Amino acid sequence: MQDKRIYLDNSASTRLDERVLEAMKPCFFDTYAVATSEFAYTQGIEAREALDEARETLGKALNAAPEEFIFTSGSTESSNMALKGVALALGKKKGKHIIVSKIEDFPVLHSAQSLERQGFKITYLDVDDEGFIDLNQLRDSITDETILVSIQHANQEIGTVQGIASIGEICREKGTLFHTDATHTFRRVPLDAGKIPVDLITVSAHTLHGPKGIGGLYIRKGTPITKWLDGGFQEFDLRAGLENIPGAAGFAKAVGLVIPLENIQLQAMRDRIIDRILAGIPDTTLNGHRWKRLPQNVNISFHFVEGESITLHLDMHGFAVSTGSACFSRSLQGSHVIYGIGGDHERAHGSIRITLSRYNTIEEADAVVETLAEVVQELRKISPLGKERYGEEDKNEVSI
Amino acid sequence: MKFPYSETVLEHFRHPRNVGKIEDADGKSIEGSPACGDMVAVYIMVDPKTNKISDIKFESYGCASNIATGSIITELAKGKTLDEAKKITWKEASDALGGLPKIKAHCSVLAIEGLRSAIQNYEERHGLVKDREPTTVEIVRKRLKKVMNPISGLDLVRTNLVKDIGLKNGNIRVVIDLPENHQFAPAIKEEIMEKIEPLWDVKEVVVDFTE
Repeated sequence: MQDKRIYLDNSASTRLDERVLEAMKPCFFDTYAVATSEFAYTQGIEAREALDEARETLGKALNAAPEEFIFTSGSTESSNMALKGVALALGKKKGKHIIVSKIEDFPVLHSAQSLERQGFKITYLDVDDEGFIDLNQLRDSITDETILVSIQHANQEIGTVQGIASIGEICREKGTLFHTDATHTFRRVPLDAGKIPVDLITVSAHTLHGPKGIGGLYIRKGTPITKWLDGGFQEFDLRAGLENIPGAAGFAKAVGLVIPLENIQLQAMRDRIIDRILAGIPDTTLNGHRWKRLPQNVNISFHFVEGESITLHLDMHGFAVSTGSACFSRSLQGSHVIYGIGGDHERAHGSIRITLSRYNTIEEADAVVETLAEVVQELRKISPLGKERYGEEDKNEVSI
Repeated sequence: MKFPYSETVLEHFRHPRNVGKIEDADGKSIEGSPACGDMVAVYIMVDPKTNKISDIKFESYGCASNIATGSIITELAKGKTLDEAKKITWKEASDALGGLPKIKAHCSVLAIEGLRSAIQNYEERHGLVKDREPTTVEIVRKRLKKVMNPISGLDLVRTNLVKDIGLKNGNIRVVIDLPENHQFAPAIKEEIMEKIEPLWDVKEVVVDFTE
């Protein structure tokens, strides 16, 4: 086992930045009162101010007014709220039709499926081999009964960044609401609610070296959405529950810490990893678009080998990555994203996702490529597949 | 730090024994499971005088438990007679590995299937197989015993998930006592199809769920 562990699964979770922790601390020890009691006592007012300050930072980051942003427990809740909140608000008034893409992350996909079981009609848009939806199919799918289109800003596995400006324009033109899950793009890819016609945006702190358990939903002023988490009157009476002020303060701090240079560095590491693997390891396929992709995302299929075996070997060398292999998933199903882009079972089975962060270095990026090359070569030696290619030993050679 | 795999599993995963292909093997098989997509190839050499497995090799396209089970069965089978080797169970292989996670039963059972199929292949090629018998409910049930229920790691029959088996003119309908939207329903369905469809007189297989 390796002593030094190199974490390359930063779309799943990130290490907290110490500066975020510092920003959160006063909220545990000083401003711990309930923010809603602003007419009652000083601590309540201070708590309210801390929350308002965080909200203002989040609003600004999206070029939105503070009252257009509500805090939630993370992107799962935000996406549930967007789909189910709009369904509750408009299901009886306007219609029961919702459009999503096939490769949405589970909070959107499973919310859609859950609504489907309640009698809503869901259109699951196809994506092309790089993960883009077809704008014409979108336009043709919207009817008078369509209440919401929910298309992710970027894909959680293959990193493809959709053209959400065009999607938003189509939705606007056809008179339907548009939600985008921006969990992986927020602060990494430009996202401006003032310019893009989008009504609801899901964001989260856990991808940005912020704390877990805090996220948010941008709700454009006037968007019909019904409260479904009942209780108190928090978050403009849209989401009940004691405010997570430490989380909100940490989220705001984390947002401020992401600077453009960081994204340029992530992209440079990403490109180096992709180029070296595709050039040096035979029988590999890049999943997702080559450059219209998240700056932090690499996803490559290694043919003739299985992903869980790769991840386990990498772990023994100290690297943490993830895979779209069926063996790795709790449902024993291969990645719906790889299937969605037309990949077969084998492509999902051998897919490896590397997601980078502030704490990764170019040396680590090089090290993971070199280790991957070794591991894949070893596993190919014991695989019954691809033998017609590797019967001659030299074709299994890697050149990293 | 605790892995879901035992030390022995990890050891066999890192250093699998008897890996490779035997050209002109006396018996060989390739078993695959569409439920998780793993594959195992098993090659055996048989001493015709003693009927013992004199050499055995395997190849794996699969996860850690698949590789480790492939490795351990080659060790367990080497030197055994065909009849003895046929009787090696998944439980024995799993025990020899210090246990396997339940959810991984279905990918590790492949190696056992692979060994049995390689022996069957040898027997078929050497005229040692009895006549083909027509498929009955019992034969279907026997095959379903090879389909793992990933919830428990035991087979479908033992865990009472097989609610009904219908058989009419080569059309087979299997009813599984799970909701259709259960997380494992698609995987179980695929694996049942895979196991029943190859029966020589079966025309169509339908898998239904109770909810």
